[in-house]
Amino acid sequence: MVREFSRPKSLLPENYLYCPGCTHGIIQRLVAEALDELNLTPKTVGVAAVGCSVTNFHLFDVDMQQAPHGRAPAVATGVKRVLPDSTVFIYQGDGDLAAIGTAEIVHAAARGEKITVIFVNNAIFGMTGGQMAPTTILGQKTTTSPYGRNKDVEGYPLRVSEMLATIPGAVYVSRTSVHNPKHVNRTKKAIKKAFQVQENGEGFAIVEVLSSCPTNWGLSPLDALKWVEEKMIPYYPLGEFRTPSEVTN
Amino acid sequence: MPEKAFMKGNEALAEAAIRAGCRYFFGYPITPQSEIPHYMAKHLPRYGGVYLQSESEVAAINMVHGASGAGARVLTSSSGPGISLKSEGISFLAGAELPAVIANIMRGGPGLGNTQPSQADYHQATRGGGHGDYKTIVLAPYSVQEVVDLTYKAFHLADNYRTPVIILGDGFLGQMMEPVELPQMIEPEDLPSKPWATVGKGRRTRNIVTSLCLPPEENDALNRKLQKKYNLISEKETLVETYLLEDADYIIAAFGITARIALAAVDLARKEGIKAGLVRPITLWPFPEKELAKSAENAKGILTVELNMGQMVDDVRLAVSGKAPVKFYGVTGGLFPTPKDILTEIKKLEVAVNG
Ligand SMILES: Cc1ncc(C[n+]2csc(CCOP(=O)(O)OP(=O)(O)O)c2C)c(N)n1
Ligand code: SF4
Repeated sequence: MVREFSRPKSLLPENYLYCPGCTHGIIQRLVAEALDELNLTPKTVGVAAVGCSVTNFHLFDVDMQQAPHGRAPAVATGVKRVLPDSTVFIYQGDGDLAAIGTAEIVHAAARGEKITVIFVNNAIFGMTGGQMAPTTILGQKTTTSPYGRNKDVEGYPLRVSEMLATIPGAVYVSRTSVHNPKHVNRTKKAIKKAFQVQENGEGFAIVEVLSSCPTNWGLSPLDALKWVEEKMIPYYPLGEFRTPSEVTN
Repeated sequence: MPEKAFMKGNEALAEAAIRAGCRYFFGYPITPQSEIPHYMAKHLPRYGGVYLQSESEVAAINMVHGASGAGARVLTSSSGPGISLKSEGISFLAGAELPAVIANIMRGGPGLGNTQPSQADYHQATRGGGHGDYKTIVLAPYSVQEVVDLTYKAFHLADNYRTPVIILGDGFLGQMMEPVELPQMIEPEDLPSKPWATVGKGRRTRNIVTSLCLPPEENDALNRKLQKKYNLISEKETLVETYLLEDADYIIAAFGITARIALAAVDLARKEGIKAGLVRPITLWPFPEKELAKSAENAKGILTVELNMGQMVDDVRLAVSGKAPVKFYGVTGGLFPTPKDILTEIKKLEVAVNG
């Protein structure tokens, strides 16, 4: 029997703490596949953020540091400045990156830090119990916006990729989704590009991946994927917002 | 022949760090420590190092986390408000057992306070400053030469114990110029390797730098390991200097710049026939409890002098444990007691003791 589908080498057979149907697991797997395929594992240093992905430093088979909430871009900056030839990636949720860590991500981009950022946008604070995130869409009910996010009270959701794309140092900025296999494949390509940009020494690269949180959205895993497609994508359009001409598929 | 120079305290701190093999500095401007980043920005590139001005002190301390985790000797410096912002990060450094040197050139507080010399961050420094059960080694120089020597030593202590070390100076020490002897240059390549660092796993098993311990037993084990380390540090690294203690009736306890003024006060008191002496903690944590307890045995009274409203005096009282009366005298944020002021306080103490 030929085994067609197996665990990427860069991912360890540890306990995964994600809820059933959560797409964090898919995204994490894509990162590991990209590291494998680009042969980056031996020289990679990953930085885990705080959120549902907090334990992913146990899961990637690479050297890892675990950063305080929101500070992964700063920790990654420290690593990369000491080890300019290494490959440095960070994996952050939307509370981590777009709320508490807004300054760190903007300035890492402004400095053109040669790091790869995987930004998992699930429109909610997953880990702490489904509170409103800066990315929570208008009308979305969360434990801290129980009547639905209202622009007059909570303001508008933040489009991080569009904002970062205005910064010259951010040379690759892309938003993808993992709600169906076609988009999973596109996300994989984007993540690989984001690593290639770093390898080419071109600058800061970020892939924002729209992800589901069935638990805190109160939806079945399938309905959650539909919600990504029908509710999130209209507000968070997919595509490449910046791409260096040198980067090829 | 040792190299000599005439330097400001802040510049001397920066030069000593470079000589200790530090090639990375991350920081955010704040008075009265700015000569440290200025010096680093000018000189680090010459050594192939990196000076990076971060977007905030929060970012700076986390850059320190990354750089230290990657195996480098790294420095950051700040003052009052900036150190408050760094406190979460310092707790993470302690928890992840990362070496780092953090200079706090203290200014007046609380809040924005003022930019004048002060010792108001004693409690913050010696109690860890951030959340959780941890300590940092706290070194308190009292001359520019000691700034050099203790900074050089701080990097060694940080690496040796894998712990953050605070250099607790003040604006006066940072700004004043004195002649110094500079130590030998250490090249980073000559430092012992750090097999725990995250540098890319190559062919070995992966390294993880973290303070996260989700299972309670793991968290308990980490805390016990840290306490063991802190006990060892207390046992081996406590530093204290004393002056004319042998026959002293009245002891002044003071650290940093205040100890310098206190020295003159001891001489003044002796001239007037009062047997005064000085205890100067050099490590504020670990605190030289034994030395203080011993000196209190034959003393009639102890006067703690600080540039704050009374912080180290708590540790003095704990150490002395009722063996002698302990009084406090202090001024804040840019004010200084003169040796005469201190002598007046000693006389008051004398009256209080003798009734
Ligand atoms: C300084 C600090 N504040 C708050 C928290 C609590 N906290 C942990 S995770 C989190 C939100 C995570 O949300 P997100 O980044 O969206 O990740 P997700 O869990 O949704 O994957 C918060 C607020 C913390 N760990 N540290
Ligand atoms: S809470 Fe949401 S984001 Fe977190 S693991 Fe569960 S489904 Fe995923």
